[in-house]
Amino acid sequence: MTGYVIIGNGAAAIGCIEGIRQIDRETPIAVISAEPYPAYCRPLISYALEGKADPANMNARPADFYEKNGCTVFYGKTAVRIDPDGHTVTLDDGAVLPYKKLCVAAGSSPFVPPMTGLDTVEHKYTFMTMDDMRALDRAVTPQSRVLIVGAGLIGLKCAEGLAERVKSITVCDLAPRVLSSILDDEGAALMQAKLEEHGITFCLGDTVAQFSKDHAVMKSGKTAAFDTLVLAVGVRANTALIREVGGTVNRGIVTDTRMQTSIPDICAAGDCAEGYDASAGSNRVLAILPNARIQGECAGVNMAGGDRVYDNAIPMNAIGFFGLHALCAGCSLAP
Amino acid sequence: MKRIYVNEEWCLGCHLCEYNCAFANSGKSDMASALKGRPIFPRIHIEGGDRVTYAVSCRHCTDPLCVKSCISGALSRDADGVIRIDRSRCVGCYTCVLVCPYGALSPGEDGVMQKCELCLRNATGEPACAAGCPNRAIVYEER
Ligand SMILES: Cc1cc2nc3c(=O)[nH]c(=O)nc-3n(C[C@H](O)[C@H](O)[C@H](O)COP(=O)(O)OP(=O)(O)OC[C@H]3O[C@@H](n4cnc5c(N)ncnc54)[C@H](O)[C@@H]3O)c2cc1C
Ligand code: SF4
Repeated sequence: MTGYVIIGNGAAAIGCIEGIRQIDRETPIAVISAEPYPAYCRPLISYALEGKADPANMNARPADFYEKNGCTVFYGKTAVRIDPDGHTVTLDDGAVLPYKKLCVAAGSSPFVPPMTGLDTVEHKYTFMTMDDMRALDRAVTPQSRVLIVGAGLIGLKCAEGLAERVKSITVCDLAPRVLSSILDDEGAALMQAKLEEHGITFCLGDTVAQFSKDHAVMKSGKTAAFDTLVLAVGVRANTALIREVGGTVNRGIVTDTRMQTSIPDICAAGDCAEGYDASAGSNRVLAILPNARIQGECAGVNMAGGDRVYDNAIPMNAIGFFGLHALCAGCSLAP
Repeated sequence: MKRIYVNEEWCLGCHLCEYNCAFANSGKSDMASALKGRPIFPRIHIEGGDRVTYAVSCRHCTDPLCVKSCISGALSRDADGVIRIDRSRCVGCYTCVLVCPYGALSPGEDGVMQKCELCLRNATGEPACAAGCPNRAIVYEER
């Protein structure tokens, strides 16, 4: 029987499964999971580095979740092509899955801009997945000198996770303040001071001009020595599957308030989607976990023939480092 | 499901519910040793001002935003409809504090979030705030 197919297996996929099952208990669901793990709580990877979360206990749902919900999960498989006319998805191993309704919940990927000399750096990491976390966990020693490029949420969470485990951490960012997309100057200064209390050094308003094996020369002429490099410059929504078949894509896969894309029978949800932002009155990628979960559920309900609208999403963040917390919501800065 | 309801017209603003809550969840057998001379961390809070006061605690929503938003999977809605927190999983990120429309989650003494679980699993067995309210401004009933 042709059923539902979900590309991706993160928070949005979990929401989608739960949404579908609110309406339709029967029709099978196929979940394509590039990562070889059951959905886990992605934001916990920094806490795992810090020893505050146990990788064995980070699953988003109980062990019997997929079975109970009639899902077949294709672990370690990637969807490489969608055929909207034939209603099929092709996987990297050549398998072809037919779908009645499809949800693209493919999340985002680290964006690594071209940087001179980056290929000469031996130990470089990104920080998005369980495997990224494990690689970094194995790589660092109490002698490590870490350079993190990017003072956004992911770079700083990584810094917090490593702070007690390495010799030094330097964070650089082109922006003049930390967390520049969510905090103003005053809030950012408080956060930066808290991070500095824990030995983290900053190099802000500056960018790497050239990498070599063990140091970076900044635009300002300063140098930063390191043996471990973490690239956390930014993320990009995974939109290629929809763009390739002519679906409307902006910064993310554009959806309406029912999470429907421009292609019939295909929804999108989570970090890969550009849904409606009520604070801006227009579409925007809202790359936070609550939004992924709720968009996924909305998509699932509609895929199963229900009627759900999600039109009250706003940007919001609860973020904290070493016990200093900030909550923000809406458009924090004038455009 | 039985829930806690409050009647702000009858609330005296005496804060006794906060003390009963903190005691019921302390695991101690006498109130003095549990609370005397220490800051308390109740799961119900008296809100309001000079004219009107009322108690606020978890509404045990049927479609709970906190559960959907928790970044660690610590919050869940059990089969009995009670929203519970697995405090061993909570990393104290405050996302639930941000999204809960009622302010029902707050950090406990250890910085980990706590919330009203209706006293169903502590020694009291039913909400201590309702049982101890002198003016019946808090009730626990099916509606
Ligand atoms: C370090 C870190 C800390 C964070 N902290 C917070 C926080 O405190 N609060 C918050 O709200 N958010 C936080 N986030 C963001 C949050 O994790 C994301 O918003 C959320 O995970 C998005 O869920 P998603 O399901 O859309 O995507 P993802 O969780 O990224 O899941 C998408 C999955 O799809 C897979 N995939 C991609 N393409 C394919 C394909 N073609 N075929 C098959 N599978 C595919 C990917 O491998 C991935 O496993 C954090 C993120 C990181 C990295
Ligand atoms: S503070 Fe704890 S319970 Fe609340 S959202 Fe964060 S991890 Fe979940």
